[in-house]
Parts: sequence; structure tokens; C-alpha cells
Amino acid sequence: MAADELPEDQRLKDLSPKSYEHPADRAATAALQQIPMMDTVVRKLIEFGERSIQQQLLAGAVRLGPDQLPEIWASHRAALARLDIDFVPDLYMWQMPFTNAMAIGSKKPMVVLNSGAVSLFDEHEMRTVLGHEAGHILSDHLLYRTALLILLQIGVRPLMRLPFFAGPVSATGRTMLVAGLVLAVMILPIITAVSREVFRQTPKLHEEAALALGATRWEMIRMAVLPFGRSGVVSGAMLGLGRALGETMAVAIVLSVSGAVTVNLVSSGNPSTIAANIALQFPESSGLAVNALIASGLVLFVITLLVNAAARAIVNRRREFSGAN
Amino acid sequence: MSTGTEETRTAAEAEAIAALPSVARRQARLPEWAPWAILAGSAVVVGGGALMFGRGIGLAVAATAVVFALLTYLASRIVEGARKATDRLATILVTTALLLAMAPLVSVIATVLANGIARFDAQFFTYSMRGVVGEGGGAYHAIVGTLLITAIAAVMSIPVGLLTAVHLVEYGKGRLARSITFFVDVMTGIPSIVAGLFAFALFALFFGPGVRMGFMGSVALSVLMIPVVVRSTEEMLKIVPNELREAAYALGVPKWRTILKVVLPTSIAGIASGITLAVARVIGETAPLLIAVGITTGVNLNPFDSRMATLPVFSYYSYVAPGVPREPFLDRAWTAALVLIIIVMVLNLLARVIARLFAPKGSR
Repeated sequence: MAADELPEDQRLKDLSPKSYEHPADRAATAALQQIPMMDTVVRKLIEFGERSIQQQLLAGAVRLGPDQLPEIWASHRAALARLDIDFVPDLYMWQMPFTNAMAIGSKKPMVVLNSGAVSLFDEHEMRTVLGHEAGHILSDHLLYRTALLILLQIGVRPLMRLPFFAGPVSATGRTMLVAGLVLAVMILPIITAVSREVFRQTPKLHEEAALALGATRWEMIRMAVLPFGRSGVVSGAMLGLGRALGETMAVAIVLSVSGAVTVNLVSSGNPSTIAANIALQFPESSGLAVNALIASGLVLFVITLLVNAAARAIVNRRREFSGAN
Repeated sequence: MSTGTEETRTAAEAEAIAALPSVARRQARLPEWAPWAILAGSAVVVGGGALMFGRGIGLAVAATAVVFALLTYLASRIVEGARKATDRLATILVTTALLLAMAPLVSVIATVLANGIARFDAQFFTYSMRGVVGEGGGAYHAIVGTLLITAIAAVMSIPVGLLTAVHLVEYGKGRLARSITFFVDVMTGIPSIVAGLFAFALFALFFGPGVRMGFMGSVALSVLMIPVVVRSTEEMLKIVPNELREAAYALGVPKWRTILKVVLPTSIAGIASGITLAVARVIGETAPLLIAVGITTGVNLNPFDSRMATLPVFSYYSYVAPGVPREPFLDRAWTAALVLIIIVMVLNLLARVIARLFAPKGSR
């Protein structure tokens, strides 16, 4: 029975998916849709992955139609017609022993049947399955399901391909990554202290006015506190950066230095930092080597000078609005 | 007429009834216990699951936090609406960041305590390292050296910093004050090792290369300390109300006397605590002392003659270049770190006590 053979009175005209969805499902989908940017991000993701899934199916699965398993194709079209879906998604069957089926894709939905299901089900059972999948399509479940599939496919593999994480991984852990983590822990209190001082100077009246206008606490923070303290936070971060640039002993103790120049954060061959190099070399140096170390100190001094001057410039640019002057 | 009003009323009522669910939904709140229940649930299910599959405690905690945040957000979104949900999500993120920041700090203190307590005994405070090969010995020489060098640095930088701040606030106008402010700001972030190199280069001019003395370390530390003292004193002098100064001027008091008798006493609490914090900041500096003062095994009380031992450098060398056997050296390194932390903590507490004791009467 094809779509056009279905009598008009058996079509569920203009069927809204809300009429059959479970309330929890409806609420969850609505909540997901309301998350800002979620829709855009998911659609972008799907654009990347959808074509590859389609190619995979074209290559490795049987596409059903009037000439391939015409009974199932007819059931498919009938199920679609019953739900009043006016386009016909591609129907594929791939070799898979589990009894299952799925609907994927967002711009161009596809229904995929496992061969296990096709060999097990009779016509009526198959039509139930096809109706179920048509329901997914009508409810727009596909968007999120396809995103999930693509995310699973991507996984964490690309991270390992970056040059920063190329092996071989150091056995001692005395790597640039660890030194960076230690420095992060060390400058965290500085950034926290500066930011706290800045936030503290937000006019109490602004905060109370925002709350009185019905803002939630986060909205108050976002609209009253953060704009007020933005330059202070930036300068605090820059001060922390300056401190990390000049930090000596932590790097000297943690990093195992080989002198190699590399961007590999996890291997055992690491370049040193200026400060740590001075601290490690100075006690055993004499003559011209001392002058070289002092020259490298000058370079470090100029770098930190620039960073700190930039921090001050940022604070001064908004001096009248900021408490950090 | 009456029919008309009745009709409008029913229409209004119908409207109100139609609007009721959405109003009720907007005002609905998650019960107090709901976030805790979600936290407990996700901890049991996700964290327990991660632990059961042997994924380690860190992953278990992280996964629990993520699932907790997502579930709370969704539940709040459905029951309370979008704005409340964002608020809850932000609260969770902020709290997580706080815990994340606290973890390494607490871990540092716990590790130093656990490793340093072994040698935290009378011998550590009364013996130097002269002639000590393995077990025993102490850091008497290093503690004395640290206190001596820091005291000299403080004596040099407190008057300079204090008077600079007075100049900036009370006298400073025009280009000179602006450039001093700029350089003080920039010097606050100067790498400590550069200060050490500066002191070394300065003294090498007079005494030739290879010179090491305690006073050189004091100079390096005061280079680091002066900007901190200037900054904190300046902040404190700025918040002295102008009315006090003007009242003094109106009574015919000269400017220097106003500063000495009115401005400084008013802000002495903040200045003193700022200076204490500056001392705490430099007392743990390793890099400049490593370059300027070096290390020795015996007690040296003369800051103008040869090397001295200091706690940070003592700890550093015991850790990176231990003798044989290693364990006594590592133990002493940890204990030295513990003593340093205790000194800094005491200085910080002292700053608070000073701020409270010297606070001008009637101002709080």
C-alpha cells in the first residue's frame, strides 16, 4: 500500500507531535531547545558529520525502494502518510544482527533498519517499527540524536593529534605541562586577591538596585559587578601572568631541562625558562657566563615590564569607572 | 448593563484562569532539598559507577560535578524557568571553581605538614649544619640568616617606601609623581631573580666578581619590598578623609606637622599591616638570595662578610642536592618549608592584630 493509496480519512491531518509525546519528553526537548546557542551549535556539528554518515550508509548499506524489498518500502511510505509527513526519508538496511532500527540526520533524515529486525519481523510488526521511526522524525528528535552520534565518533582522538600532546610521555612527570600547572596554582591566589578587592568596591547601591528590580543573583553579578570590575580583573590576570613569567624556584625544581626547543608539553625533553635557567646556572658560572645570564635577566625584565605596563594601561583606561586605581 | 459587567468579569476571570498555569509555573520553586538530593544521587550513580569501573577518584568527582550541574539546570529549567536555572548553574560553577582553587592550597599545607613534622624538634632550631653528614643537624644558621637579612631589608625599605608614599599622596603633582607611580606599579611585578641579579651586578662593581654577602641579599629584597610598601601605604593614606587635613590647616598647623600628627596616626593601622604583609612577601624569596647570598653550613652573624644560610635556600639545596643518605636531607628540607610557612602565617596574623590594635578610636 503506497502513500497515495492511503484513503484521505486515514491520514492524521496536520498532526502535532505534541499530541503523542510523553510530557517528560516534551519538557526535556523544550528545555534543550531553550538553551542559548544549543540549536546553532548542534546544527553546525551536524553539518560536519551528516554527510559522512550518509556516505557511509550509501557505501555499506542497502537503500530500499520500489525495487528493493518493495513491501517494506510500501509500509514505510504508509507510515509516513498516516502521520501526514509529506516528504519521504531515505530508507536503508544494513547488516546488523541486533533487532533494532533508527532514524538519523537533520537536514535530510534517514531511517536505518538492522537486517536482524527485517528477517525477524512480519509485515505488521515492521510497520509498527517504521511508524515509531516516523514519529521520531516528526518530533525532531533527530537533531539531538545525530549530535550525540557525531560527538561519540569524534571523541577525544583529535586532542592526541595536536603537537602539544605528541608522545613519548615522560615517565617522571617533570614536564612543561606539570610546570605550567604548578605556576597556575601559584598565581591563582594573586588573581583571586586582586579580583576580590575590585569586586568589593562595586557600589552597594548598584547591587541592591539590580536585586530590587527582580534580577537573580547571577544577573546582578553579570550586570552590576562584572562590568564594574572588568578592568581590575584583566589587570589582576596580567599581574598573575607577570608573576608566572618571573617565577624561578618552582620551575627549577619541577622541570627537567634538556635544552631542546620543543612545543611538546608531555615529553621528557624540555626547554628551560629564563628565570629557572639563571637560578640553575648562576652558582656554577664565572666570567662571561655571568654576563650572559645577566643579559637574559634583562630580557626577562623587559618582558615583564611590558606585561605589567599593559596591565596598568588597561586599568588606567577605565580609571574613573574602576575601583582598581 | 449588569449582564455586560458580568460578561466582562467572566471574560477576565477566564483570562486569569488561562494565565494561571503559567503564573503558577513561574513562581514554582524547587524544594530546598532538591539540589542536595540531585547531588547525592549523581554522586552515588556517576561517582560510584566511575569508581566501580576503576576510573579513579578524580574522574569520579569531575563526572559527578558535571552531571550534578546538568541535572540541576534541567530540573530548574523545567520547574522554575530559564532565569532561575541560569542562576543555579552560575552558583554551581562558582562554587566548583572555589573548591577547585582550594584543593591545591589545602594539599600544599597538608603535604608540608605531613612531611615536615618529622624533624620539627628542638634540635632543628638549635643546631646548624656544620660538620653534620647524615642524620641530625638543624637550620639554626638558616633561621638566623633569614631573620637577619629580612630585618636589614625592612630597615632599609620601610622609611624609603613610607616617605615615597607620603610624597605621592601629600606633595606629588605633575610628571615626577606620575612617573614614580608608574615605576612603582611596574616594579611590583618585577621577577625576584632580576632583583638578585641587580644586587649582584651592583656589588660586583665595588667588590669584584664572585662576591657573596648577606647585605647584598638585603639590597635585593628591599628592591622587591619598596614598591609593595609604597603601594599599600599610598592606598592607606588616600583613604584618610580630606576634612581632617583641612581642619588642621585651618587651625594654622604647618603641613609637615599635619602629616606627622594627623594623617599618619589616622592611617597607622593600615600602614603597619601593609608593611607586615610586605615583609611576609619577601621573607620566602629564594631566587635573589640564591644568587646574592649563597649557602653555607655554619652560623654567620656578619651580614657584610661572606655567605650566609637562609631558610628558603637551605630548603632548596637540601631538596635538589641531598647528600648520602638522602632521607635526612629531604626531611630537613620539608621542615624548613614548614617553618617558613609558619613564619609567613604568623606575620599575616600579626598584620590583622596590628590593624585592630592601632585602629583610630571612634572610626569603626
